[in-house]
Amino acid sequence: MTKQKRGMSLIVQTATRLSVGFVLLYGINIFVKGNVSCGGGFVGGVIIALTFINIMLAYGKSVSLQKLPTLVSLFFSARGILLLFSLVLLSFVVGYLFLDIISKGDPFSLYNTGMISFNPIEIALKAGTGVFAIFFVVLLLRYKRKNDDGGALL
Amino acid sequence: MIALYFLLIFMIAATILAIELEDLISSVVALIAVGLALCVTFIVLKAPDVAIMQLVVETLALLVLIKATLRADLPFSTSGRWFVNTFIYVGFFITLVVVALKCFKDLPPFGSPLMKAVPLFEQNLPKMGETNLVSVVALRYRVFDSFGEAAILFIAVLAILIIMRPKGKKK
Repeated sequence: MTKQKRGMSLIVQTATRLSVGFVLLYGINIFVKGNVSCGGGFVGGVIIALTFINIMLAYGKSVSLQKLPTLVSLFFSARGILLLFSLVLLSFVVGYLFLDIISKGDPFSLYNTGMISFNPIEIALKAGTGVFAIFFVVLLLRYKRKNDDGGALL
Repeated sequence: MIALYFLLIFMIAATILAIELEDLISSVVALIAVGLALCVTFIVLKAPDVAIMQLVVETLALLVLIKATLRADLPFSTSGRWFVNTFIYVGFFITLVVVALKCFKDLPPFGSPLMKAVPLFEQNLPKMGETNLVSVVALRYRVFDSFGEAAILFIAVLAILIIMRPKGKKK
């Protein structure tokens, strides 16, 4: 990440490099602690997507795509929706979501809700990767008009 | 209450600015100002979950809107058909006011909600274990709605990817 031809100036790149890890940690904190305090899966996922968008704006498209390729983001998006679907199906068929076969834990601790604790993680996976994919495709359309490549995306 | 009225007046003013400004980026900035004021309004109304959601989505909307309008020369015409336009505006405004007056008559007065949060919290804590009531409602009682929302977002991502792919599939 030392020599970049694309992207913004050196000041923006340095600030991004220093701050992006903290923002990513904050996003993870938001969706992991969503069932204890304010926050939740969707918000945490979008914050995580915003970190990758930040990298994309500062360093250019290629660096961001090295860190999170489109196929990987689509894979995690599909994985999140499948996990959520399996959880919902489990509760619909067996009733486990409301009855909780695993123990609930103590109130006000991080793990305090039984099976529902895993639900924000799935929503965060899906929302974050989905939002990043949308932003990337919107950006790619603009690049495509200038030089017609990028056909290997899908 | 004074802060709430101040925020509402600010939001109305910023909305009018967003409509009236001719520069597209200025309009986007005014629109985002409305969203951020809405976020502060949610904090004043003691709904931090919705405030975080509003803040994050506004940031994302700012990025996408500025990316979309930065170098775009969108056609913008204000002339012609002024009678039809004015008729539609006035009709819509009168309908909105009448419906809002009828709806607000049935609402409980401000500051005295129908459902108190504390008894709900005390009932739910031994049953479910969650300390965040929004999580209780969204992830336990309404998890099917959550799933529907997630599915809609996933389908939207797939649809945007398919519509905007650079080259179509060759036969």
